[in-house]
Amino acid sequence: MKIMNIVKSINNALDLMLRENNKVVVYGEDVGVEGGVFRVTEDLQKKHGVERVFDSPLAESTIVGSAIGMAIAGYRPVVEIQFSGFAYPALDQIISHMARMRNRTRGKFTSPVVVRMPYGGGINALEMHSESMEAFYAHTPGLKVVIPSTPYDAKGLLISAIESDDPIIFMEPKRIYRAIKQEVPEEKYAIPIGKAKVLKKGNDVTMIAYGAMIRECQKAIVMAEKEGVDVELIDLRTIYPLDKETIADSIKKTGRVVFVAEEPTSFGVGSEIMALANEEAFLSLEAPPKRVTGFDTIVPYPQGEHFYMQTPEKILFELLETARF
Amino acid sequence: MFEVYHPVKGELFEVIDNKGNIINQEWFPEIDDSTVLKAYKDMLFARTVDLMIVSYQRQGRIYTYPPNYGQEAVSQAVASQVDVENDWVVPAFRELPLYLAKGAQLRDVFLMYMGDEKGASWSESKRMLPISVPIATQLPHAVGLGYALKMDKEKHVVYAFVGDGGTSTGDFHEAMNFAQVWKVPVVFIVQNNQFAISVPFNTQSGADTIAVKAMGYGMKGIRVDGNDFFAMYSAVRDASDYAREGSGPVLIEAVTYRKGAHTTSDDPYKYRTKEEEEEWDKKDPLKRLKYYLMERELWNNKDEELLLKTFKKEIDQAFLDTENSMSYELNEVFDHLYADQLGDLIRQKKRYKEFMEWKAKRQESVQNK
Repeated sequence: MKIMNIVKSINNALDLMLRENNKVVVYGEDVGVEGGVFRVTEDLQKKHGVERVFDSPLAESTIVGSAIGMAIAGYRPVVEIQFSGFAYPALDQIISHMARMRNRTRGKFTSPVVVRMPYGGGINALEMHSESMEAFYAHTPGLKVVIPSTPYDAKGLLISAIESDDPIIFMEPKRIYRAIKQEVPEEKYAIPIGKAKVLKKGNDVTMIAYGAMIRECQKAIVMAEKEGVDVELIDLRTIYPLDKETIADSIKKTGRVVFVAEEPTSFGVGSEIMALANEEAFLSLEAPPKRVTGFDTIVPYPQGEHFYMQTPEKILFELLETARF
Repeated sequence: MFEVYHPVKGELFEVIDNKGNIINQEWFPEIDDSTVLKAYKDMLFARTVDLMIVSYQRQGRIYTYPPNYGQEAVSQAVASQVDVENDWVVPAFRELPLYLAKGAQLRDVFLMYMGDEKGASWSESKRMLPISVPIATQLPHAVGLGYALKMDKEKHVVYAFVGDGGTSTGDFHEAMNFAQVWKVPVVFIVQNNQFAISVPFNTQSGADTIAVKAMGYGMKGIRVDGNDFFAMYSAVRDASDYAREGSGPVLIEAVTYRKGAHTTSDDPYKYRTKEEEEEWDKKDPLKRLKYYLMERELWNNKDEELLLKTFKKEIDQAFLDTENSMSYELNEVFDHLYADQLGDLIRQKKRYKEFMEWKAKRQESVQNK
């Protein structure tokens, strides 16, 4: 066991997989010499050589497109998009090819690519550096979307992602890259994709979140306890495929559900949770399912970002309304 | 010019040497001393702004900032001859002298990097697009602006900027191709500052130069010493004349060096050496122009000292004024997304206000306990 933050645990997962499987390659902008702008790939080039860990030219579309080619030829590329807000030139490759290759060729060619991208706000960044557009990917048939919230989960989920025979969008909550430290085993372990985790048992309200919002929810839950509200917290860990069973079981038990995320409200991951609550737990509901999510606006620049972000207090405000409905 | 310095020759177009001596009289631009002196002062002003912003950033008074340090001559060459009212400017993000020439206020620049959208629009400037964060995605817009100028029979020019890293993108290639097919009056200026964050040009491209890429599109191109103000001025003059007359676009590769970090979040010593920086320091655009001016007794160290003092005072005052008058209202998050007020947004804003009221009451009751 070693104390790691998310940056270190992802680095550790990549290091392990590069060592274990010579078909794994890691590349993207500033990934090689510099070790990534967030240092997630630090020293990997030194350890594994410039042929397997390298800097690419600045072009997201071909970073992903070339990874599809390598994957078809039997490699396991793990590519980095520097910020999720820079992924849009690659959407054509992701949607038109990465997500479809298996289906188009009836399984003859597949594209088991992992596209890593830091996402989310709260870091006082320039425009296009704070988005949470996971719903784009979750809405695209053929993709799986994974978002860890702890160093331990980040490592186990990334190892599963690299070993998955399907393409994975692996979104990293950059706001907590270094904020959370915990003991992480140095050896290989996998956390299954598609399984949510109940982080805290509770009886009054089911709270569902992922990524950097887990920590905000935990703070809100401590405040709610003082108000006599007992919350069950679920970390989705995988956005698609959604672990419907875990979510539905919890909602059936509590009868109330609050979803928390940074994404814009309309047509988001939260919309799917709302649908699920109605479809799977309708007769158990004792309050309208609620979303505590971003406005349907562009994430404001840092001076206005506090209006947009979900804070423990804002979560508590909505949570109490649902609990006391 | 574009035949003499044809990109396939791989030659670098230069006019003065590192000591400010004219080495290419034939192509020395028609430019009077007062314009040269003003250009120098403007570059010095931009450099001072830049260095002061970096120090404000270190004091925690500004967020991430991408310095222009060392690249000032590239956009100053446009700034010294741009039609402030009528030419379009399509920035990347390292063209500070040109933003200021085009009417951007210091307040705009500060606000932008203090994290307030009000800075991004260049409040008082005409025909200048905002900074483009996603690399090279602004170049197709330049093509559209050029097409509009052509349709409107306006004899003006679009100056569009991008860096060396941006030339790897699809948008760069697509914009070049469209521009030449449509023969639009766009001068594309690539600031080749040798690095895309940590990635050097030889990892970015297999081509010897960026200028030579123009050939693939059937476009005029030229490779210019971007730290040589006179060479840049000449090249921009010829390129804009060519474009304005309706002959089509031109690609200028401005060879320069980013003396600072990529942004204040970056550490250049991860990927380059002090020795390399010292080598490039000899080619610093301000130093070279200063030699030229001092040789002709148009400028001296005393002048510079005095002017720097005035500049620093002016900039610091503008920064303090900006800090002291900052405000960011909830409405600003919502009001500019659509032409109309959408119901969803009105409801979300209202809900946020309810939260604020609840929060205030809650704090009050905690205090009363």
